[in-house]
Amino acid sequence: MAQKKTKAKANISGDELLKYYREMLLIRRFEEKAGQLYGMGQIGGFCHLYIGQEAVVVGLEAAAKEGDSRLTSYRDHAHMLACGMDPNGVMAELTGRRDGLSKGKGGSMHMFSKEKRFYGGHGIVAAQVPIGAGLALANKYKGEDTVSFTYFGDGAANQGQVYESFNMAALWKLPVIFVVENNQYAMGTSLQRAASTPDFYTRGEAFGITGASVDGMDVLAVKAAGELAVAHCRAGNGPYVLEVKTYRYRGHSMSDPAKYRTREEVQKVKDNQDPIDMIKEMLLQGDHASADDLKGIDKEIKKTVQASADFAIASPEPDINELYTDILV
Amino acid sequence: MAIQILMPALSPTMEEGTLAKWLVKEGDTVESGQVLAEIETDKATMEFEAIDDGVVGKLLVSEGSENVAVNTPIAVIFEDGEDSESAVIADAPATVEESQPSKAAPQPAIVAAPISMEDVPEGTTFTSTTVREALRDAMAEEMRSNENVFLMGEEVAEYQGAYKVSQGLLDEFGAKRVIDTPITEHGFAGIAVGAAFGGLNPIVEFMTFNFAMQAMDQIINSAAKTLYMSGGQMGAPMVFRGPNGAASRVGAQHSQCYAAWYAHIPGLKVVMPYSAADAKGLLKSAIRDPNPVIFLENEMLYGRSFDVPDIDDFTVPIGKAKVWREGEDVTLVSFGIGMQYALEAAEKLAEEGISAEVVDLRSIRPIDYDTVIASVKKTNRCVTIEEGFPVASIGNHLSAIIMERAFDYLDAPVINCTGKDVPMPYAANLEKLALITTAEVISAVKTVTYR
Ligand SMILES: Cc1ncc(C[n+]2csc(CCOP(=O)(O)OP(=O)(O)O)c2C)c(N)n1
Ligand SMILES: [Mg+2]
Repeated sequence: MAQKKTKAKANISGDELLKYYREMLLIRRFEEKAGQLYGMGQIGGFCHLYIGQEAVVVGLEAAAKEGDSRLTSYRDHAHMLACGMDPNGVMAELTGRRDGLSKGKGGSMHMFSKEKRFYGGHGIVAAQVPIGAGLALANKYKGEDTVSFTYFGDGAANQGQVYESFNMAALWKLPVIFVVENNQYAMGTSLQRAASTPDFYTRGEAFGITGASVDGMDVLAVKAAGELAVAHCRAGNGPYVLEVKTYRYRGHSMSDPAKYRTREEVQKVKDNQDPIDMIKEMLLQGDHASADDLKGIDKEIKKTVQASADFAIASPEPDINELYTDILV
Repeated sequence: MAIQILMPALSPTMEEGTLAKWLVKEGDTVESGQVLAEIETDKATMEFEAIDDGVVGKLLVSEGSENVAVNTPIAVIFEDGEDSESAVIADAPATVEESQPSKAAPQPAIVAAPISMEDVPEGTTFTSTTVREALRDAMAEEMRSNENVFLMGEEVAEYQGAYKVSQGLLDEFGAKRVIDTPITEHGFAGIAVGAAFGGLNPIVEFMTFNFAMQAMDQIINSAAKTLYMSGGQMGAPMVFRGPNGAASRVGAQHSQCYAAWYAHIPGLKVVMPYSAADAKGLLKSAIRDPNPVIFLENEMLYGRSFDVPDIDDFTVPIGKAKVWREGEDVTLVSFGIGMQYALEAAEKLAEEGISAEVVDLRSIRPIDYDTVIASVKKTNRCVTIEEGFPVASIGNHLSAIIMERAFDYLDAPVINCTGKDVPMPYAANLEKLALITTAEVISAVKTVTYR
């Protein structure tokens, strides 16, 4: 169970690059629009944007297959878009309307889709981790060869229930990929100030869990690392810890004083490591697309996103009788 | 097309803010994601980013402008190829008019109730203080006078508190006594219990009490029960504090009142202040108390100002209720944020000729039964008001006590006004319905007074 750093780049077609480009851009434009709607008072409460982290979920979804399950924290919009959930339904949940994925009752942090096997949308830091292991238990129990993608943050990685889950997942050889989305900050606390050891991919070692770390700004590397992890799990070898190093451009939620890191630090990542720019470069340099093609794609995506915003604002508030429904079946 | 940039709402409760600084000037090219301005609210300074590419056409609000209302146009951005002369600036209204969501639950106006300050000497002067400052002052005073008092929790030090309650404490007391923890509630609550066994007086801040559920076992099984289990040899002289109850639009997992949960546990003291004076005086008493004290605050009250007496070392005893308003016809019993509904209802009822006595429990373990019973014996009617769920509520418990101790004095059954028996919904209209309202309190009073 040697700990290894993964840095693989597969030979990749223009079509595939374009697919990732579109998927990541959809997330970015969607999140920008959500931020704007928040500023206009259309979205309330918390709203945690995924801008900067797009390559993580797009890369890992590229390694998933039909039937795999996934769940994450409150920073969940992108995970839903990436597994094919309807942007209109997500946006209408953000505005708290009846056409939202949870009928407006869940909000930004709490959405689900049985069809896409997306199990939330969890507001309590790390509470999704044992649940993700439990999904893997169900997969294994039913004799499926599906895996559970269990996403959590660098801050969440210090919660005790993560290690309880590691132990049981290893003990029972559960097909779960523990994906640590290490964006280096938990609210205003940098990883260095919260973690006694910074290498999250080694944290399963004591339980006998294989781990790897990957550059999460590179969608191709993420996909390749995801494929290794998935193969490990599907082969019946038990859990896998995948640390994905990424960066959040925006504040933790909408109201963030931004005092815990410098503006220069953020700018440097945007300038040098942006996951979307990287694929854009590859598309242009490999002659897979022209600048005009890419502009066209952007326009089209902006249209999809604007349509989701219009939909989310036009949708009526939930019927007041919904207050008392869905408490018990 | 010219794009109007509107003053953004950066928190659910923000209505206006200061445009502290422009980071771009007219004529600058901007990209989506670029920081345009710094905006200040009462809680923090925040960065505001562009979401479109273009050129800054006009800055409509100058740097340093205060009280800029949310949704006021503050700048105009021109998209590729436009020039500022040809673009129409004035009539690009905010596009979102249709089907506006209901506003978040309205805040009842602060009611100028006659405050009975029975516990302060005559001639005392007062300073208007927010609940947030009062809590900070209480901690600072106790930390100055007792070296063994320290604060730990998530974001309490460098970030100055997630809700800015610990503002300035790191500067004054240093990192040894103001400790940032990782997000590990069960672990750090247990560490604090151990530190208390070891002779220190920890104040544990939970970012909100929703997250204290992660730490429940240490609070109840370790902190609350050890004194008893050790035959009185050792206990946990400490405070667990933080915001409790619903904030605004934060959904089911972040909007719950835990008052009744903790009130259930022998071995704990539980307080839930409403005013800034009580917040300060009770927190100081809690820190000095040799027992574990659960101190329930409320995010919606943090920014509210109240008069706090200018008394050195002002404390409020735990376990003593306060009569905010005297009355003859009905007793309203509440605590914490419930008090705003009780006071507002009393004010409105007075206009209709119904005189309500308003009792603020302040402490919910121990409860000052005597004050409640004395009031009910006078008014013969009682309505309780709290934000928590209806089943096994504090109101249920009070009803039982009133029945035991004042049955013959009651002219009507006691009514408990509570939050609805549902997880907190996110949608604005449903959230409003889930919370308790002043109208519900008034209607309950009319029922018990047969009006
Ligand atoms: C148990 C618990 N404690 C505290 C919080 C408040 N909180 C919400 S998100 C967060 C930071 C989490 O950081 P990380 O796990 O790194 O995820 P990221 O936000 O970076 O995606 C905190 C402290 C919470 N929701 N739940
Ligand atoms: Mg993080």
